[in-house]
Amino acid sequence: MWTRLQDSFLSNDPIEQKFRELGKRSEGVIVAYLMGHDPDPQSFLANAVSLIEGGADILEVGIPFSDPVADGPTIQAAGMRALSAGATPRLILDTIGELSAQFTVPIVTLTYYNPILAMGVERFIRTACDRGVSGMVVPDLPLEEADAFRHMALKHNLDSIYLAAPNTSTERLQSIVNKSKGFLYLVSLYGVTGPRDILSAQSLDAVKKVKSLTRGKIPISAGFGISHPEHVSSLLRAGADGAIVGSALVRIVAEHLDNPEETQYHLKKNISALKQASKQHH
Amino acid sequence: MEPLEKLADAYLRFSRDPSFKKELTKWLENYAGRPTPLYFASRLTDDARGAKIYLKREDLLHGGAHKINNTLGQALLAKKMGKRRIIAETGAGQHGVATAMACAALGLKAEIYMGREDMERQGLNVSRMKLLGAVVHPVDSGSKTLKDAINEALRDWVTNVEDTYYLLGSVVGPHPYPTMVRNFQSIIGREARRQILRQEGKLPKAVVACVGGGSNSIGIFHSFLSDLEVDLYGVEAGGQGMSPGKHAAPLVAGREGVLHGMMTYVLQNAEGQIETTQSISAGLDYPAVGPEHSYLMSTGRTRYVTQTDSEALNAFKQLSQLEGIMPALEPAHAISYATHLAKNLGREDSIIVNLSGRGDKDVDTIARQLPQ
Repeated sequence: MWTRLQDSFLSNDPIEQKFRELGKRSEGVIVAYLMGHDPDPQSFLANAVSLIEGGADILEVGIPFSDPVADGPTIQAAGMRALSAGATPRLILDTIGELSAQFTVPIVTLTYYNPILAMGVERFIRTACDRGVSGMVVPDLPLEEADAFRHMALKHNLDSIYLAAPNTSTERLQSIVNKSKGFLYLVSLYGVTGPRDILSAQSLDAVKKVKSLTRGKIPISAGFGISHPEHVSSLLRAGADGAIVGSALVRIVAEHLDNPEETQYHLKKNISALKQASKQHH
Repeated sequence: MEPLEKLADAYLRFSRDPSFKKELTKWLENYAGRPTPLYFASRLTDDARGAKIYLKREDLLHGGAHKINNTLGQALLAKKMGKRRIIAETGAGQHGVATAMACAALGLKAEIYMGREDMERQGLNVSRMKLLGAVVHPVDSGSKTLKDAINEALRDWVTNVEDTYYLLGSVVGPHPYPTMVRNFQSIIGREARRQILRQEGKLPKAVVACVGGGSNSIGIFHSFLSDLEVDLYGVEAGGQGMSPGKHAAPLVAGREGVLHGMMTYVLQNAEGQIETTQSISAGLDYPAVGPEHSYLMSTGRTRYVTQTDSEALNAFKQLSQLEGIMPALEPAHAISYATHLAKNLGREDSIIVNLSGRGDKDVDTIARQLPQ
């Protein structure tokens, strides 16, 4: 478990602290994703609050990109809703600022590299830090091309979080483990984001494989395709330190676009069930 | 990254293997119809009253476009790598058709992603792909054109990476695609250089080619890059004019960005969202461009210009009626620019235009636009 090796890792990084704190009680970390400003800024803010109140440990906020190649239809549609509502990186970061002023949950952003580049890497990172963002995932920026970004993030104490896939080679995985901060984002299956009914054996094997390599150097959060409490328990049992749930939550938003109370009720109920599973997986 | 590294390794290995080269050459000669002629368009030249215009007749290749040079190369590579399922994106449908042909000939399964809008304007090619045994997946996301077809093909590839080979059709995407596709297409320029020396006894003053993703242009430019006396012109789609969303000219009007795993010139708004594009030719309707073009432009070696939809249509009509050659709407942009350029050059000079494909696929579109 993550706690056993915590000694080498005493930082004041909010994300690492969260993993450490929960790890001590043998509890998994639930990372909850929503697309920023989906379907509009006010609803997004209320939805995010429901997730936090429902027990999300880390909030992951998507910043939409017109061409999200790593995402399935659910999150693509969410990005389009946000863009039609006038979402920009700056406006979403401002809303994140409102959240981080009220709540202590660490917030991570997920966006593709082009919107970051368009704003300017340093300006983007500085603004994000200023609004209380603790980490960033950039799915189309591979580690091999990320040096400038990573150093800038380091300079501003922002975690750059990298993705690893089941077919990532041991050698590359090693360098991802060495260069990641916060947590390692394990894409636990082949493909794009989107909820699946069954968690494949492949996903659990991937967790075990990565676990044997990280050896506690960095927490592992597994994502892509997670929607049921049983998914969370089996991933945690396989050795993950956290689980990322995205499309399943975004789908709730999409299903109740005209009914915010219903959205918030379901988000809260859903995240509570996942959180519960993260406490009772052993 | 791993599948790309494996692909890069395999490509490097086979590209140095004489037996692979020999096999590919055999396919290019006996199946695709290489070498293609370099044709002196005398009536077009007379009409322009300037430099001699030569056409590199890639439109005469099997399938009707330069795309087969690349699909044969990559399909052969896929087969050597033990992949049985081939996926591809297509804009105008020419790459889809060329993929379907290469796959049929080599006994591979082909699935083609194509934007819904492109399927509507290139119906003939959709039928051809299906008749050749390929499965065509309509793409309804985004602008329903080439960039969205690439998005969908990439999503398919990451999902089915174990048994699937992604046969990208242009010099775009992540490494090794831009290099690999360029190398497979560079045969165009190698032949053209030899042919012009044989026919004119000297190098041309200029080489002109249309640029969508940029494969036919890189293919013909490559052999002339070190001939600094030869001007290289890439012609982008000027569409309906240069206001945002009305054209497809990233090199002329875009700025540096990252799309589809490459850093290059991209049409985008202030926030980095990719702009929609517009062009009468589906094959040029793409908001980014091969990164090597961006590099060549930055060094000043190549120049990029635009021609509008109506200029391309006029060139189509002109070439059809003066030479009996119906160009695809994509190279019609290059023909149009070359006729302007010829007027400003001496009669002893020559220009080579890459006639990258034939116009049969565009007959419906053109019939709707041109008065009888």
